Amino acid sequence: MNNIVDKIFANSTKFIAFGVLLLVAWIFAVLFEHSLESIKAFGFSFIADDKWAPNLEKFGALPAIYGSVVSTFLAMILAVPVAIGIAIFLSEIAHAKLKTPVGISIELLAAIPSVIYGMWGLFYFVPIIRDTFGGVGISMLTAGIVLSIMILPFMAAVTRDAMNTTPDILKESAYALGGTKWDVIKDIIIPYAKAGIIGSFILALGRAIGETMAVTFVMGNVHKISTDLRDPATSIPVTLANEFAEADSELYYSSLFELSLLLLIISFTIISIAKFYFLRRKRVGA
Amino acid sequence: MTHTQKRILINDIVMALSTLSAIIGIGFLLWILGVLVTNGLEALSTTIFTAEGAPPGNSEGGLKHALIGQLILVSYAALFGVPLGILAGTYLSEYGLKSKMAETIRDISDIMMSAPSIVIGAFVYAMIPIILRTTDDMLQLVPSTLREAAFALGAPKYKVIIQVVYRGAKAGILTGVLLGVARVAGETAPLLFTSFNDNFLNTNMNEPMASLTVTIYNYATSPYEDWQQLGWAAAFILSMFILTLNIIGRLFLLKRKGR
Repeated sequence: MNNIVDKIFANSTKFIAFGVLLLVAWIFAVLFEHSLESIKAFGFSFIADDKWAPNLEKFGALPAIYGSVVSTFLAMILAVPVAIGIAIFLSEIAHAKLKTPVGISIELLAAIPSVIYGMWGLFYFVPIIRDTFGGVGISMLTAGIVLSIMILPFMAAVTRDAMNTTPDILKESAYALGGTKWDVIKDIIIPYAKAGIIGSFILALGRAIGETMAVTFVMGNVHKISTDLRDPATSIPVTLANEFAEADSELYYSSLFELSLLLLIISFTIISIAKFYFLRRKRVGA
Repeated sequence: MTHTQKRILINDIVMALSTLSAIIGIGFLLWILGVLVTNGLEALSTTIFTAEGAPPGNSEGGLKHALIGQLILVSYAALFGVPLGILAGTYLSEYGLKSKMAETIRDISDIMMSAPSIVIGAFVYAMIPIILRTTDDMLQLVPSTLREAAFALGAPKYKVIIQVVYRGAKAGILTGVLLGVARVAGETAPLLFTSFNDNFLNTNMNEPMASLTVTIYNYATSPYEDWQQLGWAAAFILSMFILTLNIIGRLFLLKRKGR
């Protein structure tokens, strides 16, 4: 009796675990199947064409790809130095009494849903951008900044964790040789934690590129490539969020699916690079 | 200036810059939190919990439909996600161990945790990887001597897992579940086109159902001030719910570590 139950239990856990893998394969398969029509219709020109005109049944993803790349790039430029600053502050400067509460609040902020960041951006940040830089305030620039603030807590927390892995004895040796804090940071901590720090930046990049709600509020969903950052723009997730519910033709629908597939492949690749190349697997809570 | 003085000066400059960027970064985050709390508290009233959606311009509107809808959606996701996540995590830690398949499942789950939710679409899938990985990690922290002791008493493996390993990792698994639920509760993107949204109370899973997150999006982007107010109230309630889950989850972890 026990033998049978044992087998059932073992096999059902195995079955479910395997199901998780199948689910991922299934997601890719479904996306691919639905994109087929668009792939057939446009081929490679889908990602090279800058015209997205649903009324003419013409779909080119270049503006969305451009928007994703530029907004994420902006967000990274803004967030990386601040995240490093916060990480240095938390791991080396802050007093122990400040370290824990500030560190925990930053981790908690990483848990706040991105729709809240988007809402704040829309009501409080858009007017500031409008008044300082001109334009309507709904723009690529706003999206980049809101995105950078949204990924900041996550990035700062993982960068700090990476820095904290440096053994105390290494730091103490450097201090004993007369190093200043900055000497210790640049010659000991950063070289030691380099892989972890870069990995966490790339992971944040992977998250930022797929981020939807924080930017949907402030980007405008305008399919036009403009070099002026004050102009409204669009990105892949923003297009998906705005247009999926209103796709009225097969080809439109299929093109949106192809965009989803593109986004999934891009973020899958970026996250895999971060995970496998730079980060050894971290144990939760350990 | 001597070499030492120069080094000290550079050190001071860098330390000041780091502190400054920390202040700027934390300042922005405090700003968002402050805006959320002041607007949320201002908009909060009892009608929010008792009234359903109303047309704009009508101060009778509430969020009852969205709150109940959200609760149903999250419970439904948990109903599927929690057992699936825990069982899959059990396989990884207790049966799969370091086998190739187990390692692949771990890797894929790690990636899926960060994959764009708007593409993944399915609501439940946001929580499975988190629960799976936490369960896996927490079960591995249970000392193998406990398992061996139970085996020595003649217990079959499933009994060892359920009665010994699960008990030892109870707090950790609970943390994973709480974090998974918190994550799912904040997801908006997948709901934009899977559950759509309804301005009225509906408890039928087969009909479009209101959720807090999509309500926040719709109300915040509407031009009506009273809807925007309701949007802030919804944002406040949702954030508090998620923060509470996260804090409780952390307390469990601390308790486990403290032992």
